[in-house]
Amino acid sequence: MAESSQLAVQARDLTRRFGSVVAVDHVSLDIERKNIYGFLGPNGSGKSTTIRMLCGLLYPTSGSIKVLGYDMPRQAEAVRTKVGYMTQKFSLWDDLTVLENLRFIARVYTLEKARAARRIDEVLEEFKLKDLSDRLAAAMSGGQRQRLALAAATLHEPEMLMLDEPTSAVDPQSRRDFWESLFALVARGTTILVSTHYMDEAERCHRLAILDHGRVVAEGEPERLMDDLPLQVIEVQARDTDAARRELRKMPEVRSLAQLGLRLHVLVERSVSDAEGRVRQMLQVAGIEAEVEATRANLEDVFVAATLPGKEAPQRGAA
Amino acid sequence: MSSVSAFFQRVLAIAGKEVRQLRRDKLTGAMIVGIPLIQILIFGYGINFDVRHIRAGVTDYANTSASRALVSQLEATQVVEFVERPGDALSLRQRLASGAISAGLYIPPDFERRRLTPDRPMAQLLIDGSEPGVEGALRALASAPLTLRATESTQPRRPVELLIEYNPERRTAVQIVPALIGVILNMTMVIFTAIALVRERERGNLELLITTPVKPVELMIGKLAPYVVVGLIQTTIILSMGVLLFDVPINGPLWQLYTGASLFIAATLALGLLISTVAQTQFQAMQLGFFTMLPSILLSGFMFPLAGMPEPAQWLAQVLPLTHFNSIVRGVVLRGAHLADLGVPLLKLTAFLVAAVTIAALRFRKRLG
Repeated sequence: MAESSQLAVQARDLTRRFGSVVAVDHVSLDIERKNIYGFLGPNGSGKSTTIRMLCGLLYPTSGSIKVLGYDMPRQAEAVRTKVGYMTQKFSLWDDLTVLENLRFIARVYTLEKARAARRIDEVLEEFKLKDLSDRLAAAMSGGQRQRLALAAATLHEPEMLMLDEPTSAVDPQSRRDFWESLFALVARGTTILVSTHYMDEAERCHRLAILDHGRVVAEGEPERLMDDLPLQVIEVQARDTDAARRELRKMPEVRSLAQLGLRLHVLVERSVSDAEGRVRQMLQVAGIEAEVEATRANLEDVFVAATLPGKEAPQRGAA
Repeated sequence: MSSVSAFFQRVLAIAGKEVRQLRRDKLTGAMIVGIPLIQILIFGYGINFDVRHIRAGVTDYANTSASRALVSQLEATQVVEFVERPGDALSLRQRLASGAISAGLYIPPDFERRRLTPDRPMAQLLIDGSEPGVEGALRALASAPLTLRATESTQPRRPVELLIEYNPERRTAVQIVPALIGVILNMTMVIFTAIALVRERERGNLELLITTPVKPVELMIGKLAPYVVVGLIQTTIILSMGVLLFDVPINGPLWQLYTGASLFIAATLALGLLISTVAQTQFQAMQLGFFTMLPSILLSGFMFPLAGMPEPAQWLAQVLPLTHFNSIVRGVVLRGAHLADLGVPLLKLTAFLVAAVTIAALRFRKRLG
């Protein structure tokens, strides 16, 4: 029954309250197997709480969850051996070595001796930990610790991995390596759920849910989300960015302004004709020197558009 | 794999990890051995209900062979030591008032005549009443010359009778060392376990452990088991020191002592576990650990007899595992009692253990949800 289900995760109207605070508000999700599914959202948007409910750490206040065909949290024990969970904060033991940590995890999952030895060997190799096997976890760098955490989470060959902001404490090179490991795991049939607040990471996911204030405000394939944005994006590169920003804010057609480095992304309603020309003219009149160009929306724009105040209906990308 | 063997495999995994961490933690390792060693030296030598060598002065107006004999007999009890000999009664009183001496013996000029009159005291012992221990010891001593005089009239050559009656063999160490096992275990065990679990929560380890197949009961047993061994090592250290340094006799069989100790260790560990389900940080765990310490030391009968306490204090004492362990350990070590004779305290200790583990497991389960 568990195997026949096409979906790795099926959540309906998932809600979790902490006292009067609603951390997760009627979230519904369908996560297909052998996919990387991303949660994108700022801190406090409900990413961690949702993941914790999906892996049985927290009970939902209301709503239903099926993970790998099992009802959660009722059948949490059955799911434990099939899911690997990686916490936001390093949660292996600082005062144990790499090898001791992995051996402990193998014993806790009651891997049979020969299989444990083989798997430990494999993950040491796969995550480049061979030379570090006698190093105490406390003495390792952020990137090395993260590799160890992923090695431990995959030791029992879970069908599904749930990773809560796994790259928040590592350098860009380690992040790239980490994502290569994730793609290798997916290629072997693992389903991965990963939360992040990095746009570039979110773009790599097969599918994405954008969370804000505990609600799914946009969902779909990253490409589709960007293509289907109901707003035009005008990129402005001005000598005086602050002055340009002040001027553009006066335009009634402008829904939102986002600064990306030296560039400004101006979001304008689709219905506005020749938005590019209007922006250019506005800046010229104000005497602000700037390059103005219509451009393709990126995920940041999608995120900004999805979290605009007054936007009620959640946007759905192509299903 | 059968669920029973999986259970043991996971318990062993947790216990093995705990031992590894303990071995790596040099300071805690030192504390396991150091705390009982130092505590028994401090308590064994320091706590003394049996007051000796009280600084005293004597003013002897009679200065006869009999009066000198009285002084030397009093000194022979070792309760007092005559370090000063003021020339008159007034300066004797002044020395007492200044605190230079805690007792003063005044022998009047008519000492010889008083000796022959049975109903008149032949000398006076002035006591500094501000120290309760001193007062009690000297009060006992003051009644001694009366015995001396009564026997002297028929057998003048037996002033030693005084010594026999006082019983210099009744040393505090003998009473204290067995009870110290409980006090020291109580101190170390509660805090060790309280911290061991809270530390894992603080460092985030618990969040990971909960998502593995480990069950709360397995986690608790695996965490406690190594500390039972630690506790038994400490018991052995305290007992050996007691025998070697303080000549504490062990009258009952050793295995019974260790059986009682194991039960007590489990009970204190369970108390620590209970604390760890309440405390969120290691600091809070420490505070709560110490909070349970003082009542255990003061109310368990370690220092003061239970019978003398007001009723509410006695009820509270019944909840403390140390109270029941003290009855067991004093019974086995000093009175040579058998565990069979100690059914009541054993039962109460077991009840505490079961209650504490149940509450801890229930509270822990809630934290998952």
